[in-house]
Amino acid sequence: MASPATFSVVVEVRLRPGIADPQGATIERALPALGLNGIAGVRAGKSFRFDIVADDEEAALAQGTVVADRVLANPVIEESSVTVTAKPAAG
Amino acid sequence: MPSRVGVVMFPGTNCEHDVVQAVNSLGGTAELVWHGDSSVSGYDALILPGGFAHGDYLRPGAIARFSPVMEAVGRFAADGGPVVGICNGFQVLTEAGLLPGALQKNRGLRFLCATVDIRVETDRSVLTSGIAPGTVLSIPINHFEGNYTCDAETLARLQSDERVILRYVDNPNGSIDDIAGVCNEQRNVVGLMPHPERASDALTGSVDGATLLTSLLASALTSANA
Repeated sequence: MASPATFSVVVEVRLRPGIADPQGATIERALPALGLNGIAGVRAGKSFRFDIVADDEEAALAQGTVVADRVLANPVIEESSVTVTAKPAAG
Repeated sequence: MPSRVGVVMFPGTNCEHDVVQAVNSLGGTAELVWHGDSSVSGYDALILPGGFAHGDYLRPGAIARFSPVMEAVGRFAADGGPVVGICNGFQVLTEAGLLPGALQKNRGLRFLCATVDIRVETDRSVLTSGIAPGTVLSIPINHFEGNYTCDAETLARLQSDERVILRYVDNPNGSIDDIAGVCNEQRNVVGLMPHPERASDALTGSVDGATLLTSLLASALTSANA
């Protein structure tokens, strides 16, 4: 059995397509004022970072997904993606 | 004996005293229940008032759902006890899975604070039991995330089961199907965005909210004696 290692987890949460995103819409409307034209489809989201100690990457991903699904995102209005990378061993 | 109403207070709740005052003025007996309590025994009904539970961090209601009291609220609801979530309390009940759907940000970017007309769609819920369907009530709203949404299947079920208990006459926030309030399948758990406690005294300009709270007090006694 592999010895437990630390994994960095990034969970990205964004509103589902069709859910109103006033923040994204406001940012998009402000861009032309900076001369930034031709930008469309701006959507605001949230990103969460944390570490998980797990036996392997698969276990870390499974645990990170539970955190994303049960706490960080509301599946009625949001979707999430979870990315896991091994942290270099200390020392 | 008056209905005993537990008013559940989270850190950041700010409408609890308005609710207590309204319930007491209508002949009930209201007490505050702290979110860290793990029991709600002794109450005939529970109200989750408005505010910003746990600072609305993450999402409105997202953290409140994990407060110890919510397990007791869930059991109380499962046993048929009347539970009403007002505004932020509605958001907490959806996050806790006691009501379907979610409250997204208002259409049109604005925080809304206004008195609006709400139509009672059914008398089959603990909050509307004493009111004739079709009655229009004038009640304040005060929210940024009040735009009710759910998937098409859930909406169809809410409609066919007559679980949309309140609709906006003139939709202020983009809410799907003009929904201002819904109830669960057993009709004992209700969530609504308008604030009936703010329309329960002539001094506040409308007493239309009192009819809703009076219905709840009557439902609470019925359920307590069942």
